[in-house]
Amino acid sequence: MEKNEKLLEIHHLRKDYGNGPVLKDVSLDVHKGEVLVLIGPSGCGKSTFLRCMNGLESIQSGEILLDGQVISGDKTKWSEVRQKIGMVFQSYELFPHMTVIDNVLLGPLKVQKRNRQEAEEEAKKLLERVGLLDKKDVYPRQLSGGQKQRVAIVRALIMKPEIMLFDEVTAALDPEMVREVLDVMLELAKGGSTMVIVTHEMQFARAVADQVVFLDGGEIVEMDAPEAFFNCPKTKRAQKFLNTFTFESKDE
Amino acid sequence: MQDLGIRVLFMGNNFIRLLGGLWITIKISLISVVLSIFLGILLGMVMTLKNPITRCITKVYLEFIRIMPQLVLLFLVYFGATKTFGVQLSGQVSAVVVFTLWGTAEMGDLVRGALISIPKHQYESGAALGLENIQIYRYIIIPQTLRRLIPLAINLTTRMIKTTSLIVLIGVVEVLKVAQQIIEANRYTVPDSALWIYGTVFFLYFLACWPISLLATWLEKKWKN
Repeated sequence: MEKNEKLLEIHHLRKDYGNGPVLKDVSLDVHKGEVLVLIGPSGCGKSTFLRCMNGLESIQSGEILLDGQVISGDKTKWSEVRQKIGMVFQSYELFPHMTVIDNVLLGPLKVQKRNRQEAEEEAKKLLERVGLLDKKDVYPRQLSGGQKQRVAIVRALIMKPEIMLFDEVTAALDPEMVREVLDVMLELAKGGSTMVIVTHEMQFARAVADQVVFLDGGEIVEMDAPEAFFNCPKTKRAQKFLNTFTFESKDE
Repeated sequence: MQDLGIRVLFMGNNFIRLLGGLWITIKISLISVVLSIFLGILLGMVMTLKNPITRCITKVYLEFIRIMPQLVLLFLVYFGATKTFGVQLSGQVSAVVVFTLWGTAEMGDLVRGALISIPKHQYESGAALGLENIQIYRYIIIPQTLRRLIPLAINLTTRMIKTTSLIVLIGVVEVLKVAQQIIEANRYTVPDSALWIYGTVFFLYFLACWPISLLATWLEKKWKN
């Protein structure tokens, strides 16, 4: 089965900003078509972990492999690797001086040197898929947070990445806009995309994940299928973490 | 009509002389602005460095230039440099030196502000798309920096044109000095020419600065994010 093909492998990764390790000896495999959700208390290193995967953070030791090729070495052509690893950020980070369509087209035209007409056709198709085709000529400042984030997803998708990284993409959104973004991601997951998602939305994690990875204190504490993880977490730390999301009724 | 001071303006080549004076004003401003932009960009980039020594030096320079009235700086360079260092600077050269020193400080601070106002994430999201460093600057960082910078730089130009009126005091014959000469020369025949001549100077300044300031406003609106 295709699903068992390893797309991204991380071996014994250690990350240190100089005042104690942020990630200590983390190993993880991401298989093709798999959706991994990273959760954990804030400061546990989950965003840093994600940013190491496409080289936005340097690592102190360990190895990262994409399609069996080591990409964590000094000679890595990151601009090539990053075309295969798409990333969406918490604060959308659209380019404010470009229209929506130009934001989406920058990668295909300047990095992949694709034909403008063909790229534009695809951009329009993708924008239509996330319901934003009518916004293609407006500037990011005229969009809501949820719309911006959907454009950011399209901007990453058009590069045809093999794997997509989502770094707390709904954390900066108003609650009523969270849904429209999560729906797009759920759709991608159903379409067989390989994704690594950092999120605080536990309901969403449960719905979208093939595997839930629980990080705490810079290491992977527990990893399991979502039902098993959320229903009966095995470790104390995971139990404690999940308890912070439930409230006791005041009558009890 | 006999008594209207405005006729002085059209006597001989007075009006042409005024325009010639305005040209000196604009020439000094433009040379200073071009030098200031060039040096200011360098200074601004140096100011974003984390090095404590460059930080301290640039900060002292900036504060010094800002606190000091431009007139004092003009006197210092024009009279001071000649006496102390034996450097013979003409009034115009002194003016360019002073306005460049001043403009570089102002421009440097604007450039620094524009550079640090581009969030780190803009670099990262460019990198995440697979853009090379040079492409990130070319397509993302520089266009945004320029958009923030150009309207401010244009405003600096108008401020510089206005401030050049001070160089009368170090003997440069620019538009204001020409106006004074015309008024003095006609003091007995047309005693009320001052209003008309200075009025004309006022309009000349206005005509020089107004389009520039309109351009700045228009660009600012157009590029507002």
